Amino acid sequence: MPTIDDFHAWPDELGRFGNYGGSYVAETLMAPLAELTEAYLRLRKDPEFIAELDRDLKYYVGRPSPIYHAERLSQHVGGARILLKREDLNHTGAHKINNTVGQALVAKRMGKPRIIAETGAGQHGVASATVAARLGLKCVVYMGAVDIERQKMNVYRMKLLGAEVVPVTSGSKTLKDALNEAMRDWVTNVADTFYMIGTVAGPHPYPLMVRDFNAIVGREARAQMLQDYGRLPDALTACVGGGSNAIGLFHEFLNDRDVRIVGAEAAGDGIETGHHAASLAAGRPGVLHGNRTYVLCDDNGQITETHSVSAGLDYPGVGPEHAFLKDAGRAEYVGVTDDEALQAFHLLARTEGILAALESSHAVAQAIKLAREYPKDGLVLCNLSGRGDKDVHTIAAREGVEV
Amino acid sequence: MSRIDRRFAALKAASRTGLIPFVTAGDPSPEHMVTLMHALVEGGADLIELGVPFSDPMADGLVIQHASERAIAKGVGIGEVLGWVAAFRQRDAETPIVLMGYLNPVEIHGYARFAQEAVQAGVDGVLLVDCPLEEAAVLQPLRDAGLQQILLAAPTTAPVRMERLCEAAEGFLYYVSFAGITGAGQLSTQDIAARVAGVRASAKVPVAVGFGIRDAQSAKEIAGFADAVVIGSALVARLAGASQPDDIAGRAKDFLQPIRAALDAH
Repeated sequence: MPTIDDFHAWPDELGRFGNYGGSYVAETLMAPLAELTEAYLRLRKDPEFIAELDRDLKYYVGRPSPIYHAERLSQHVGGARILLKREDLNHTGAHKINNTVGQALVAKRMGKPRIIAETGAGQHGVASATVAARLGLKCVVYMGAVDIERQKMNVYRMKLLGAEVVPVTSGSKTLKDALNEAMRDWVTNVADTFYMIGTVAGPHPYPLMVRDFNAIVGREARAQMLQDYGRLPDALTACVGGGSNAIGLFHEFLNDRDVRIVGAEAAGDGIETGHHAASLAAGRPGVLHGNRTYVLCDDNGQITETHSVSAGLDYPGVGPEHAFLKDAGRAEYVGVTDDEALQAFHLLARTEGILAALESSHAVAQAIKLAREYPKDGLVLCNLSGRGDKDVHTIAAREGVEV
Repeated sequence: MSRIDRRFAALKAASRTGLIPFVTAGDPSPEHMVTLMHALVEGGADLIELGVPFSDPMADGLVIQHASERAIAKGVGIGEVLGWVAAFRQRDAETPIVLMGYLNPVEIHGYARFAQEAVQAGVDGVLLVDCPLEEAAVLQPLRDAGLQQILLAAPTTAPVRMERLCEAAEGFLYYVSFAGITGAGQLSTQDIAARVAGVRASAKVPVAVGFGIRDAQSAKEIAGFADAVVIGSALVARLAGASQPDDIAGRAKDFLQPIRAALDAH
């Protein structure tokens, strides 16, 4: 078993991060998961695969993304320097493409002609539809009916890219139900279908594979920090729904014990109101969507409905690696409310000319809080995981503006 | 010998195929759940599978999803389910009961507490859909208390793995007839027959076949090569909407009796 001293050694061969992770799925899926695990563990060491992935990340996604010093925002806050890792500048406008480009290459190598995906905000759906179009694969995206309503533009983008968007009307009609429905599709069509999970959750090997594909964010960032600032940041922050952009930034820094790591969860109307999606800050260990992790559920074990202004954070579980990092004390997870995220959205827009996604606005709000804790020469690195164009209608509606 | 083992031994001695109905606990009516369970036995059930409702039933089709949602809306949890089993046991000490569901409700209830309360109520086995053999160490307190762990086998299960499942199986092995969710699909009886024959040859326990069996005809086709058949979604759909005890019991018996007759005529 790997030791806790080396955070890069996890998960173990059963896909466990300490007490979390694993493969909690029905028997029918054990074979396709084993097939995927075998293929991926081989590919992640295959120089040809790595070279192909690097080419796609450079020429298709547009990597590396810069680290931008938000000077006017930092001045306004009056604390440490706030640095933004600009994942919003990637093709399709978010970090999600890092993962889908990688999984698409895996699907292609495995000879699977059909891709399915779940999506909340629609960013992963768009990123999946994008890579499917590029490789000529059929793509079906499951999306909660509630999310379809609040993310109309992304639904249309997916359709323009040739994907079929299937509304999910069971349960709370959001991301968790879309994931259930995608699993049901996969179990029915295991022979020809590749399930492209969009976050670091799900059964093994997904938390490992999705983390690997997003870890490019932290690898670039660490090198960029050393080159541009001559040192590592004092603190990192990123928003955490399922946690893929956060683990992407955090992972490379996990063994740099002097770097403080803070995940910003969606506190919705406030954790004390019960209307939130802060699984780590306010949940308990349980089993959901194929892995053991922190979940939001009642005393009967029923998963509870979550609330966040941002569809992408509206999820009652979280990736098992985050659960592990929380228990190990390596990362802190705190709540950021809807109002705080919106304030940060506006402040960033007015001071820097950047419209951040509502998800990423939670991270910006947390970066602002962190900046106040450090002196002026301090460095706070925030993952600006996506751009906010998709959220313009949500923000307008919330503020009573007709667009 | 456990209640499940005794029941299958008796079926074998009588050359009969077992009939295992599945109902979602608390649906269609929490008040009349015990009445429904007795009606299932009167209709010909050899073993009852009681579904513990869960908010995120990944392996279930729409019929059972909706039944679970209705039961959860009425506040049904493990406490209620065990209460019904205990009440059922006052009049029926022989029909085995298997609780079928997902891991999270049991995990949150607490494994040791669940094991003790379930045995006390008269539960015989558990089938936790999202707990494959690899993760079954968490269920040790259940096994220690005497609850049998019913395992699933599927058409996708590789031969080496199938051997391990056959070796580890307790009570009976639940063979999922096709790759899919509950209540879906059309059966290709010939394919299933060949696969189940292989499983039966190496399993130490009887093999029940489920998924996609909906009536007397489909049950009869499976009966030729299985130790028992499981019927869930079609029964749950038939019960949906009933509210009076006579109606609930009548629908259950009317649904099961032709299937029982077809199995016995086989």
